Amino acid sequence: MKKRVLGVAAIFAAAALSLAGCSGSGGSSAGSTGGSGSITYWASNQGTSLQNDKDVLQPLLDKFTAQTGVKVNLEVIGWNDLQTRIQTAVTSGVGPDVVNIGNTWATSFQATGAFLPFDDSAMSAIGGADKFAATALSTGGAAGQTPTSVPLYGFAYGLYYNKAMFAAAGLTPPTTWEDLVADGKKLNDPAKGVWGTSIEAGSYTENNHFAFITSAQNGGSYFDGSGNPTFTQSQNVDGIARYLALMQTDKIADPADAQYSTGTESIANFAKGTAAMIFNQNNAEANLTADGMDPSQYGVVPIPAPAAGKPVASFIAGINLSVFKNTKNQDAALKFVNFMTSADTQSALGKPFSSIPVLKDATPTFTTDPAIATTFSTIYNNMSQPLPTVPLEASFETEVGNSMNTLFATVATGGSVSSSDIQNALNTAQEKVAASN
Amino acid sequence: MVLTTEKPEVAPRGAASRPGAVKLPKKKRAAGWWLPFALIAPAIVFELLIHVIPMAVGIWMSFLKLTQFYIANWGAAPFVGLGNYQIALNFNGAQGQALLSSFVVTCGYTILVVGIAWALGMAAAVALQKTFRGRAIFRTMFLIPYAVPVFAGIITWKFMFQQNTGVINQILGALHLIDPNNPPFWLIGNNAFAAMVIVAIWKLWPFAFLMLMAGLQTINEDLYEAASLDGAKPFRQWRNITLPGLGAVNNVLLLVLFLWTFNDFNTPFILFGGAEPPAGDLVSFHIYNTSFITLNFGFGSAMSVLLLLFLMLVSAIYLAFINRRSRRA
Repeated sequence: MKKRVLGVAAIFAAAALSLAGCSGSGGSSAGSTGGSGSITYWASNQGTSLQNDKDVLQPLLDKFTAQTGVKVNLEVIGWNDLQTRIQTAVTSGVGPDVVNIGNTWATSFQATGAFLPFDDSAMSAIGGADKFAATALSTGGAAGQTPTSVPLYGFAYGLYYNKAMFAAAGLTPPTTWEDLVADGKKLNDPAKGVWGTSIEAGSYTENNHFAFITSAQNGGSYFDGSGNPTFTQSQNVDGIARYLALMQTDKIADPADAQYSTGTESIANFAKGTAAMIFNQNNAEANLTADGMDPSQYGVVPIPAPAAGKPVASFIAGINLSVFKNTKNQDAALKFVNFMTSADTQSALGKPFSSIPVLKDATPTFTTDPAIATTFSTIYNNMSQPLPTVPLEASFETEVGNSMNTLFATVATGGSVSSSDIQNALNTAQEKVAASN
Repeated sequence: MVLTTEKPEVAPRGAASRPGAVKLPKKKRAAGWWLPFALIAPAIVFELLIHVIPMAVGIWMSFLKLTQFYIANWGAAPFVGLGNYQIALNFNGAQGQALLSSFVVTCGYTILVVGIAWALGMAAAVALQKTFRGRAIFRTMFLIPYAVPVFAGIITWKFMFQQNTGVINQILGALHLIDPNNPPFWLIGNNAFAAMVIVAIWKLWPFAFLMLMAGLQTINEDLYEAASLDGAKPFRQWRNITLPGLGAVNNVLLLVLFLWTFNDFNTPFILFGGAEPPAGDLVSFHIYNTSFITLNFGFGSAMSVLLLLFLMLVSAIYLAFINRRSRRA
């Protein structure tokens, strides 16, 4: 009898445990979508580490809680995981209330229908569309549709040049792509390990950005008006050829650059003085300072276009904020978006995250050098185009970026890449994008 | 009645307390019959939850056009039948061609890695079979790659393989095996395959060593003594005593090594930082990169199911072969 009682008790205990397990996980996920008075916020990694992000954001979140009574559960997610985490949240319907997204994903995620559209009432709840700079706002989603994200941090590419090296060679910063190449050749000294430029030729995202920028300078585009890929346009081929030429024919980039993929190697070369110019977004200052280069030692100009090209110097890079449509606390979520995109918060976060303000007429705080601040603001607001705002953007980024990695690898390992090779690579990329969608 | 109460282990439990239990023992199920089922139920529930249902969902997904337009609302995803499979297996199309070349790379990778890791493990296990001073040190040293966290180990290799700053080219240059002015790239281009194989072998062989070393403990020392009295040389001893003695271990070991290596994701992902060169495009990573990154879960599932079918087929043939051989023996 006693044994039997024990057995039954054990089963109940096991059942209770497993149920507790279920309800435990269910409970926490329900909790993460927030009861009244609390929301969950997934932030992307903008600072020097996940902990640094928490340290920067927490005081602001506390301020928000003090103002509104809404508690914010913060989770900072690294870039390696963020996209997968958001996909999982979209697929399962269990996720945070508010999330940071890379703004180039905005249209791909908009297509899922999982994010809250910022229609007129939602827009007015966060302070109105008018408060945002037009450039920044254009990344919110597909053109002509209600955006499902609003800008949070802005970034733009610039050409960083080493003032001392340029002065020693009697050069002024380049204003055309041809100048850039000529200057690079003058500054090149491979015997001493010094190169005109250093590029992240093994990073598929950066490669993709330059495929886009060089094509836009040529007046080309990767998608037509109805969202179909037009990868093999001659402007695209020529653009990629021009960028590859830095290593292949101009020889102002070290072939070793083909294995750079973390986004920090070229910055380190620039700080060491082994590269006279780098193409980088405006958040290089923290890394350059850490590598021992003072902001007074370098200047920034827009990445030049060919003499006959269009003055496009960057894509509109940045981070956007989205609200999950199934949030149980939409009011609190919108209040939080309003808070994060308010002038005070923006100016507080501009410095630690090195971001360009996304608000109209806001003063940049990301750098102490007023000339650099002005240059980047000009590039961001007047010389940038958004990456294609089409749902296939994610495929475009992966396929074209990876093809360019392979082309650079061919050049670096002693092969040669012709225009028809580029054409073929783009054709394959386009077929892949078309076939799997 | 007295008898039945005194033999509770024969009579159904609790029967004694019930009047008339003796008359109905055949019709009624033994009391407590449900206990084994109840005990096993949690395991079955969790097996279903963790393995079977996700697999079934994965297979079902492979028949859907489950792209970014539908992932928030699966029910709306259109059924495309074998459409995803047609794309994956159309070797004239770009996606099919890429999958095929990734498959070929993975086969070569698996054969080399499993073969060499097994041979190294076997050599080390046999070398350390006899007791000698310092054996424990060697054993520990050989197991280090297995103890190092995968990520840390592979990142270290990534640094060592750098073309301009890596220690491998420095060593090769110092030995005059390469031209120091034009050192080879290891992480891009075709050498990436060699780099990936080397890292995978480094990571995997200690496991083979560990399993084979354990297996060797079960072989009777007397056999070797008798063989050497009969004049058998070490290789003969290895072939006729060690190898058959390790038969059972090898059967399992090779299968596990094959499955792990064929499915390897970490090595290319960490070594190539998310953008693999064509020579390092292993199939798991290929599936991840061409579908999940681009939000096409249906296509990714179809390729995963193809991978699963292939691995099941190989495993089944292998096991059938092993079983027949062991039945013959």
